[in-house]
Amino acid sequence: MLNPRPITAAGSAPVFYDTGDHHPPSSTLLGFWLYLMSDCLLFAVLFAAYAVLGHRYAAGPSGADLFALPMVATNTALLLLSSITYGLAMVAMRNWSMGGVLGWLAITGLLGAGFIGLELKEFAHLIHDGAGPQRSAFLSSFFTLVGTHGLHVSFGIVWLVTLMVQVVKRGLVVENRRRLMCLSMFWHFLDVVWIGVFTFVYLMGVLK
Amino acid sequence: MTSDLNATFGQLLGRLSWDAIPYHEPILVATFAGAAVVGLAVLLLITRLHAWGSLWRDWITSIDHKKIGIMYMVLGVVMLLRGFADAAMMRAQQAVAFGDAAGFLPPHHYDQIFTAHGVIMIFFVAMPLVTGLMNYIVPLQIGARDVAFPFLNNFSFWMTAGGVVLVMLSLFIGEFARTGWLAYPPLSGLLQSPDVGVDYYLWALQIAGIGTTLSGINLIATIIKMRAPGMTMMKMPVFTWTALCTNVLIVATFPILAGTLALLTMDRYLGTNFFTNDLGGNPMLYVSLIWMWGHPEVYILVLPVFGIFSEVVSTFSSKRLFGYTSMVYATVVITILSYLVWLHHFFTMGSGASVNSFFGITTMIISIPTGAKMFNWLFTMYRGRIRFEVPMLWTVGFMVTFVIGGMTGVLLAVPPADFVLHNSLFLVAHFHNVIIGGVVFGIFAAINYWFPKAFGYRLDAFWGKVSFWFWFVGFWVAFSPVYVLGLMGVTRRLSHFDDPSLQIWFQIAAVGGLLIACGIAAFLVQLAVSWRHRAALRDVTGDPWNGRTLEWSTASPPPEYNFAFTPNVHDGDAWHDMKRRGHQRPTAGFKPIHLPKNTAAGVVIAGLTTLCGFALIWHMWLVAGVAFAATLVAAIVHTFDYGRDFHLPAETVARTEQARTLQLAAAAS
Amino acid sequence: MTRTTSIVRPLSRLLLPTALLGLAGCESIVLKPAGDVALQQSQLLVHSTLLLLLIIVPVIVLTLLFAWRYRASHTAATYRPDWGHSTRLELVIWGVPLLIILALGAMTWISTHKLDPYRPLDRIDAQRPVAVDTKPLVVQVVALDWKWLFVYPEQGIATVNELAAPVDRPIEFRITSSTVMNAFYVPALAGMVYAMPAMETKLHAVINRAGTYEGFSSNYSGAGFSGMRFTFLGLAGDDFARWVARNREGAAMLDREAYRRLEQPSKQEPVRRYASVDPALYDAIVDRCVVPGQMCQHQMMAIDAAGGSGKAGLSAVASVPWGDGQRRIVAGLCTPTDPLGLRTAAR
Repeated sequence: MLNPRPITAAGSAPVFYDTGDHHPPSSTLLGFWLYLMSDCLLFAVLFAAYAVLGHRYAAGPSGADLFALPMVATNTALLLLSSITYGLAMVAMRNWSMGGVLGWLAITGLLGAGFIGLELKEFAHLIHDGAGPQRSAFLSSFFTLVGTHGLHVSFGIVWLVTLMVQVVKRGLVVENRRRLMCLSMFWHFLDVVWIGVFTFVYLMGVLK
Repeated sequence: MTSDLNATFGQLLGRLSWDAIPYHEPILVATFAGAAVVGLAVLLLITRLHAWGSLWRDWITSIDHKKIGIMYMVLGVVMLLRGFADAAMMRAQQAVAFGDAAGFLPPHHYDQIFTAHGVIMIFFVAMPLVTGLMNYIVPLQIGARDVAFPFLNNFSFWMTAGGVVLVMLSLFIGEFARTGWLAYPPLSGLLQSPDVGVDYYLWALQIAGIGTTLSGINLIATIIKMRAPGMTMMKMPVFTWTALCTNVLIVATFPILAGTLALLTMDRYLGTNFFTNDLGGNPMLYVSLIWMWGHPEVYILVLPVFGIFSEVVSTFSSKRLFGYTSMVYATVVITILSYLVWLHHFFTMGSGASVNSFFGITTMIISIPTGAKMFNWLFTMYRGRIRFEVPMLWTVGFMVTFVIGGMTGVLLAVPPADFVLHNSLFLVAHFHNVIIGGVVFGIFAAINYWFPKAFGYRLDAFWGKVSFWFWFVGFWVAFSPVYVLGLMGVTRRLSHFDDPSLQIWFQIAAVGGLLIACGIAAFLVQLAVSWRHRAALRDVTGDPWNGRTLEWSTASPPPEYNFAFTPNVHDGDAWHDMKRRGHQRPTAGFKPIHLPKNTAAGVVIAGLTTLCGFALIWHMWLVAGVAFAATLVAAIVHTFDYGRDFHLPAETVARTEQARTLQLAAAAS
Repeated sequence: MTRTTSIVRPLSRLLLPTALLGLAGCESIVLKPAGDVALQQSQLLVHSTLLLLLIIVPVIVLTLLFAWRYRASHTAATYRPDWGHSTRLELVIWGVPLLIILALGAMTWISTHKLDPYRPLDRIDAQRPVAVDTKPLVVQVVALDWKWLFVYPEQGIATVNELAAPVDRPIEFRITSSTVMNAFYVPALAGMVYAMPAMETKLHAVINRAGTYEGFSSNYSGAGFSGMRFTFLGLAGDDFARWVARNREGAAMLDREAYRRLEQPSKQEPVRRYASVDPALYDAIVDRCVVPGQMCQHQMMAIDAAGGSGKAGLSAVASVPWGDGQRRIVAGLCTPTDPLGLRTAAR
């Protein structure tokens, strides 16, 4: 891949053409990985904004006043669990078990939906209390960072449902397997970002 | 009943109303009339030639990197005309607006023009042209049949086109931003700029930015994964190396732009406080973030051009490139260092002496690998046999022009010097020096160099030389006075002046602008004349310049599949090596070739996204919501398409290759 | 520095006019300023240019030379088509620019620290250091839309669009802005520095020659930007005291009300003079609590540093009219003993 070896023929004459069937290797996983790194950078910008603006409460509430750690713990558990269940879906895929794949995907989706539901509830509660993103720079950066993560998870769920339909329709063909791998990377990546979020935003925010 | 209808309709239209159309601005009305006439003429011509079907099948839905590359180039050249028109108006205004004379452009209009000029030239001229070249040439240079993700390539192009549509619409519906091309808050915030201008800016750049980022991912994957057998990294052509580094820069910086613009968008749409003054926001954060994107961006523009010059110097000196290894290392070093210099764009923001010095010094360090490249080109010419075809003229012009721009850049990198020159016309002259002397000259060199490959006939050399000389002389006549004005303490973005002693310099600059206009006109004439004389200028060998890299081994233009058989590479300058060692072009034994199918999904999804952007600009929430949902649905529907490729039958390949065999034989005789 | 300057100055007088076409014979205020700080900056510019020309001139000469000598029709020239590497040449190609940049880097470090706008001056000009007990003239600068307000706390006066300073006395500018980013720049005097809302930047400078000079904003700030210019008067001897006295002649008082009127957007403002100024006004401007009832930034930051004011602070937002819309602010906190929130609002 990185060092495609030249084709040599018997004898001293150099071979200038590949007269066989030239099929370049699939680039999908590399391409998706590159996309994930660009997404990582997007989150980095949001983390940077949070780092700079996260203590600007505009004489309003801080994270310690607003964050409910039990709910955050539940959310985190749901998301981390969903990563495990996705991993089990991938194991099922490797074993060519369509039922297994669909079952574990469904559970993953439900766990993800639970995560989003809890997060929406948290946001609604905060906004109802007046602690919406307009109140201060801290709240703006909080809502944006956590909200962007939530949006990504939501897109992931849409993608997951779509992929489930596609697996039902076509089975575990090579394209679907590639897509399951991509969604897998996406899902675990969001998990990692969440670990960053709950550490820097929630845990450290409450510690103040 | 009618009032109900009006109310609903009104709600549907958000803040869009008839007032948004600038009936009472004569310049805009005239522009619209002109654009409408040209547009209608083009539509009529296409209809007369019965070319709608072909346009749709062969171009709009094409996933062929060559077609997409050409479309990018056409887009860039058309927008060059728009961006240059903005420049001409600015030059004209600044040449006359002294004392009691207010000029013909009130600040309200002038301020949009300089903002649009910058945005268009960077995002919708330089980026598409550079992207188009990389798109066209890189797969051919590495012996591949297309890029890694052909559909994504098509989609990226249409997203860029979507950004163009929004910017052009701002001329006739509403207005554009009046903030400068980077739209610093608080000026670009909702309080200071409540109208649609900044919203046009934000959505045009976000949409185009998505296209660019995806294009970056595409080309990196292509270069990493799809090189011909035997082409190790250190045997890649230098243009491919610079393309790789450029696309790494793209993927690693455009998300910063996206994120930063998103934060500003939220301030404007949701009332958040990222960059406001009173509830904890920090505008300096925007400045820092936007330049973290902005500096690598200029390297995104210039690195491919460095690659172009490497190819051109080597080919037209009939000599291998001097210092290939050090060129590669220099490119990589520039790529990495470009992340360490961004603060030099705001030395005057008060960061303290140590921070300022650090960034000043890193900026100077980056001039070392850049200088090394310049020397390597020089020593490629040394003891070569230089043919002064048009691309080589542009190259020599670049070499003497760009170094001055680089020098003024290093001068500006000394913080105390920057304290007197920041935001002055000296700065403006500096960046035009490097962008025109570097990027524009490089693009014209590339166009003249690779045009025969793309279209099968060379460009007329006489008009090419005319264009070059008008551009070269015109650039210096236009921008030397601008350097002088900077040293006279004149700042940028002014639409009116009180000091009459400045006027002569602006007038000279305007003359320079006129000369550049002649250069552009000569280029357009060159295109027309070359088309007229294409039979005489035809390139039958596929290798009109005695090139050294693989793209010259194909026919001109290359067939859809590029290579009937993937080349096998043994050395850098692969084609030169093949020619020297007596390769034999295969004339039999062709196999069916696996190719991707065309698709409408790209233009549809990008079109819906653009509609969503337009709706968001005008606060047409329902339309925006529906368009967004439709975009999502269209994307999902597209993923259900599993039959995206086909096999080109071996007979078709054989026929195409046979035609070329005959062509080559006729040329040889 | 003085040794090299004496060699370099005559050289620079030769080279620079030639290098910059047509500059000789016209007023380049950046290269020939009237203030010591700007003078040092211009010298730095000249020296750096000369250093860089050491590379640039040979490159341009070689380019044209090689282009001529190795043109294809000149078959007498040596042709080495496969020569693409020379370690010695590479060492020179990387090494010489490295040496030049090392020199320039050292110059940069030293000069950036010496000419830091925040650093008080240590010299009036090349011959005279600043006397130990010298108190700089403090001028408070506010960038408004689209004019400049100058407050002289020591003299108790204020002006719009006219700045004056005595010759040879160090000036300390304290700069802020009311709405958007601007930049305070008098080319004859010293370099520029950004003017930003809610923040104070500083600039130290001194004017060495009496005269009338131009000042303006060098960061685009909106519709009235082109007219956002002011006059800077360098006044020798008693002229400055006379200028101050003239400002005191009128009856205009710059209090909060007058400032709020002044703050409204306007273009091409004529010169205005205020005989007296509310001494707390400038601090309130930087602190963003000129509007009665708006919480000052310093108080807000103190509350934030202590962890915010909890959920009770959620309701502490108010709106003030601004232009065609409203500006949202944090309101001063009211308590039973401080019902108007004065302790947290306008000091």
